[in-house]
Amino acid sequence: MSLDLTLYDKIFENRVRLQIMSILMANDSYDFNSLKELLEVTDGNLASNLKSLEKKGYVLVTKSFIDRKPNTSYSKTAKGAKAFENHLIALENLIKQQYK
Amino acid sequence: MDQKDILKEIGQIRSMMEKSSKFMSISGLSGVLIGCLALIGAAVAYFVVYGTKSEFGYRDYYVLDEQVIWKLVIIALLVLIVSVILGVSMAKAKAKRSGQSIWNPTSKALLRAMAIPLVTGGLFSVILICKGIFGLVASSLLIFYGLSLAAASVFTFREVRVLGVLEILLGLLALAFPGYGIVFWSLGFGVLHIVYGLIVHKKYER
Repeated sequence: MSLDLTLYDKIFENRVRLQIMSILMANDSYDFNSLKELLEVTDGNLASNLKSLEKKGYVLVTKSFIDRKPNTSYSKTAKGAKAFENHLIALENLIKQQYK
Repeated sequence: MDQKDILKEIGQIRSMMEKSSKFMSISGLSGVLIGCLALIGAAVAYFVVYGTKSEFGYRDYYVLDEQVIWKLVIIALLVLIVSVILGVSMAKAKAKRSGQSIWNPTSKALLRAMAIPLVTGGLFSVILICKGIFGLVASSLLIFYGLSLAAASVFTFREVRVLGVLEILLGLLALAFPGYGIVFWSLGFGVLHIVYGLIVHKKYER
């Protein structure tokens, strides 16, 4: 039996990116500071990982102002959601594979 | 990547999904304290209505007295305000211990979900009081409070849903048995909160 790795998404190999996507799957949108607080990572780390997800078209960035303070919030795109679901299937298959 | 790593990764995904969408900083002990406070409030209200002089069963005053109404409203508001302060400050302390703040997307979602039934119920009760329909106040407060808990339960402990449903049931019972408002009120806001608080405390805070 050959293992189908087409569903596996290398971008989610990074722990922070995987967690960001998990959060966005469970919520309509999430803002930068709340992500930072939840993931306990530095600004730079979070920003660069969000950037790479954005570049791939998995994450949508919305900039707005709340009480005159800039607020950046993130949401998943349909493409991102699909990729994440596929990645989960790939992980599931990997586990099944090892049981055999 | 071996199986352990994958399972760990899936565990992380799960915990992140839950942590990001559920507000778990509500303190169980604050539920117990709020319940005790409600019981004290109910006891004070009982003496305001039934008085301290007469034997059990005979009222010194009737709820129709305007002065009595105002006293009851003030007691209820005092209990409400102190309960909210208690709940929020203890949640703050609990969140601080786990390095989180209490003003985050999950707490906002929780409040948004609670707000509509709660505000509706509050206004509904104010209108009832203004119209002089006092007999329905206890039951409508319980019912609307239960509805708001059921709505909020999506964003916090699962136990809140059960608590909400029980409050609604008590509210309906209060509606079916008029005159026993204070009994159902003490059971709903007092006893149920204490039991719920103990369960949450035992289950999540050790």
